[in-house]
Amino acid sequence: MAMKILNALITGLAQGSMIALVALGYTMVYGILKLINFAHSEVFMMGAFLGFFGITALGGKDAPLVAGVGGTLLAMFFAGLLGMLVERIAYAPLRTRGKGKANTRITPLVTALGMSVLLQNLAQLLFTAQYRGYPQLLPIEDTRKVIFISAFSVMIALQFLVHKTWMGKAMRALSVNIEAARLMGIRTSRVISITFITGSVLAALGAVLYCLDQSQVYPTMGVVIGTRAFVAAVIGGIGNIPGAMLGGLLIGIIGEMTKLTAYSGLQDVLVFTALIAVLLVKPTGLLGKASIEKV
Amino acid sequence: MKTAHPTRKAPTAEAGKPLLVVENLAVSYGGIKALKGVSLEVRRGEIVAMIGANGAGKTTTLKTIVRLLPIATGKVVYDGKDLAAVPAEEIVGLGISLVPEGRAIFANLTVRENLEIGAWNHKNRGAMDETLEDVVRLFPRLGERMKQEGGTLSGGEQQMLAIGRALMARPSMLLLDEPSLGIAPRLVADIFEAIARVAQAGTTILLVEQNTRLALKYSMRAYVLRTGEIAMTGDSKALAENEEVRAAYLGG
Repeated sequence: MAMKILNALITGLAQGSMIALVALGYTMVYGILKLINFAHSEVFMMGAFLGFFGITALGGKDAPLVAGVGGTLLAMFFAGLLGMLVERIAYAPLRTRGKGKANTRITPLVTALGMSVLLQNLAQLLFTAQYRGYPQLLPIEDTRKVIFISAFSVMIALQFLVHKTWMGKAMRALSVNIEAARLMGIRTSRVISITFITGSVLAALGAVLYCLDQSQVYPTMGVVIGTRAFVAAVIGGIGNIPGAMLGGLLIGIIGEMTKLTAYSGLQDVLVFTALIAVLLVKPTGLLGKASIEKV
Repeated sequence: MKTAHPTRKAPTAEAGKPLLVVENLAVSYGGIKALKGVSLEVRRGEIVAMIGANGAGKTTTLKTIVRLLPIATGKVVYDGKDLAAVPAEEIVGLGISLVPEGRAIFANLTVRENLEIGAWNHKNRGAMDETLEDVVRLFPRLGERMKQEGGTLSGGEQQMLAIGRALMARPSMLLLDEPSLGIAPRLVADIFEAIARVAQAGTTILLVEQNTRLALKYSMRAYVLRTGEIAMTGDSKALAENEEVRAAYLGG
């Protein structure tokens, strides 16, 4: 039993770090724009497809290292591009031209929902609704190690980006006060683009890792993982980067622990119960700080 | 005396020429006309104050100069350049820094990071460190709190940080919006002395201030703004003696 729990814990950490990668995209965009980017789960799904095509094209099973690494990088690159395009096409015009006219919170939110539906249907149109099997590149135990190690090193790299670079400083400045950031000479639209790109690149990495483990890719896959990742971001305190990581790990572990019991189907019930419990005790999430609403 | 900006060229050659010219500026704010044709001029090396009651349009004027608000009609010309087509993020590069009302520091960044981000257009280490030293000389309190998050500072210290952050851009012109607002009286004096030193070092200053007494004491000339229009203008000393100003803004 102890062994089983330990194994579940390890799998949970791997699952959780993957969810955390996706959660980071929600939290970073929310931190800066106070926008819940519902299209993020579809960028995740597109990343999974891009990874699938990339890995297959590069030889799949026959060349696991080249295909795995190359396919993942391809997926990350194009997902980043997609994330940037979503922002430029759908959200940026609302910010600039809609300034003072459109409702600054609700309009982008509905647009994000629309983008999500659009991308999901686009995927069905392009790739059909069929489930595709991901090539098995590694034995399952090794896959989990790879997931855990790559997710963690990327998160450490992100912490470095956010805390030690000029771009990171600009991102944090924007999250407090966009107007003041503009006064400093920061090209805010560029920083926002880079935030979307970063979040999307992480989501694509998460997507490929997820598929290597769960082995199937299909157009509506973003809904399940997207929801869990969003919940992870909220549990950790939306807008807070370490919070998203912590929330992701928690959800991963809760999920795997549930599978040990006779109620494995209740995984999402427990995840949402955890969400409600956290929000009841700490409405800002585990690591979130109460922010003063600007007048 | 050590100047605040050792590397900037002295303004003496061009002293007295208008650096900022605002012509017949009109601005609407959510359907309300906030400015109805404001004209003013700030010459190189001057400290000019803009005084007036709450809602007279002082902050609107400053925000429009730095292009955070759109110009309805009229003109803003800085150093011979029409600012109409310049986006807000390019203003600081031209040499204008605004210290916004309410300070607007980056609360989750450390004091040092706040200052560094003020030097966004001068990321070269050497120049930045030199300016940083000047700012710390001006506000020694900031030097003691470099690693603290900006949000943990007192109101007065935050104001010092906001001014320091603006100076990190090595501006030729500093716009100050209500630097005394909500600050302990003891620190207000410190802050105004620092502003005077910045001006002495050659930075042109446009100061918006509700505290009329302070504004007229530290400025050379002043404009009185009333409901979006310039009601009066003149030498600060003369305005401080003016009956109407005394009655309306200095409590008789």
